Amino acid sequence: MRLVLENISHRYGNVEVLEGISLEVKEGEIVAIIGPSGCGKSTLLRLAGGLEKPGGGRILQEGAPPANSLNPLTYIFQDFALLPWRTVRGNIALVLEDHKLASDQRKAIIEDVLSRTSLLDFAHAYPRQLSGGMKQRVAIARALSVRPAIMLMDEPLSALDAQTRALLMEDFVGLWRREQFSALYVTHNLQEAVQLGHRIVVLSRRPGRVREIIEIDIPVEERASRAVELERHSRHLWQLMRDEARAADRELLDAANG
Amino acid sequence: MPPTDKKQVPFRGGGFAPKKVRFAGLAVFAVILILWELGTRSGFITPLVLPKPSEAFGALVELVRSGLLVKHLSASLVRLIAGWSLGVSLGVALGIAIGLFSLARSGLAPLVSALFPIPKIALLPLFVIWFGIDEGSKIATILFGTLFPTVIATYSGIDNVDRSLIRMGQSFGLSWASIVRKIILPGAMPAILAGFRISASIAIILLVAAEMIGAEYGIGAYILMAGSLMQTDQLLAGVAILSGIGLIAAWGIGRAEAWFLKWR
Repeated sequence: MRLVLENISHRYGNVEVLEGISLEVKEGEIVAIIGPSGCGKSTLLRLAGGLEKPGGGRILQEGAPPANSLNPLTYIFQDFALLPWRTVRGNIALVLEDHKLASDQRKAIIEDVLSRTSLLDFAHAYPRQLSGGMKQRVAIARALSVRPAIMLMDEPLSALDAQTRALLMEDFVGLWRREQFSALYVTHNLQEAVQLGHRIVVLSRRPGRVREIIEIDIPVEERASRAVELERHSRHLWQLMRDEARAADRELLDAANG
Repeated sequence: MPPTDKKQVPFRGGGFAPKKVRFAGLAVFAVILILWELGTRSGFITPLVLPKPSEAFGALVELVRSGLLVKHLSASLVRLIAGWSLGVSLGVALGIAIGLFSLARSGLAPLVSALFPIPKIALLPLFVIWFGIDEGSKIATILFGTLFPTVIATYSGIDNVDRSLIRMGQSFGLSWASIVRKIILPGAMPAILAGFRISASIAIILLVAAEMIGAEYGIGAYILMAGSLMQTDQLLAGVAILSGIGLIAAWGIGRAEAWFLKWR
């Protein structure tokens, strides 16, 4: 299944947040979207998964999702969005309970995603007992449990400290190597984008437009060891972003952000 | 280098975190009772102003022995439990409706704001006409007294449920009913239980007021009778029973909170 955004524009009241954005996510591809804060990248992600209606343009699924996919477009949120009154297991069960699954089937799915994210020992813990990194791992396990065709990741590492971020980035790389998932990955962090993105979409400041789309041809799993080549891409991206970021920084925050 | 003064940096943090001191509450009770007993025995406090605590305790024992306690207490508890449980169940239902539906919110929220501040005891004569002089009017007083604070606690609790959790539910394709049952209601539970705490006290106050206006049996009637005969020892015995009911209700709600909110 591919996700295609055609000429998307969106406004909040009088404020134009997105203008004429077209992009696509192919199967097995991670598309990173970067841009200065307030450029509408989180809005774009909400539009992509149908949580908000675009002011203009179309969002299309091309091709059928895999037959066993329960929720083809699945989010991973910056603030994890775990229910504090449910345990790790309960939080994963939550998103399976509305699907017609036999109870042993549901159990098997939960066991499977818990072991794939090394969370088996934490199955009965409540979110308040977990560190930020573990919470995000639970959210990843929850996302995997519904077998998404495309993951929509909204700054998934931004609420974490630097060490945890590095660890989870390794998890993502490992996960991609094993499962070749597709994702739209929104971030304001250049390093995350170049470490994970097959293609990187650079948005301008508000109203967000596509400034440039960059392909990175180094395989994702080799990037950690090819830092020098990666650095060239980062530098180029930073050149693109720098002026936008500076201008965005000096704007008054009078509009809904996102 | 010349020798320099060495001084330890003075500690200036700490405090502002009251801890639980065991038995301190009980000790305060005991000290007050002992001082009071000594004061009345020595004649420093005249019996007209305050009876001895031991006399009040005697009145309580007498009440138990005569079998009247069961009559008064059961009459009161039936009214209290019926009125409060009806009031809070209706209140939670209305609060959920106001919390979830635009029409209910626009139509009912102003009505609730208008009716909430009316002292329900002032309506008792009307309730007597509508629901009868017997149990009906007393239960109705407690029902309406507990209804409105529960409605307000419930819908403000729903308003404060984390929107990102609701969005998460939608993003995983959860049904409307699932989102309400598994995300909104548990999220509003702390506020609903806090509302129960307040409505339980309101219920006890209204119970006594209603029983003072017209009841044969009931703790309120017992206190009123004692008061009009200047039997202050009996009056205090009645007040102690009310205090006990209040403590038990608070304990029960505390248990409910510990159970429902064990995730906090």
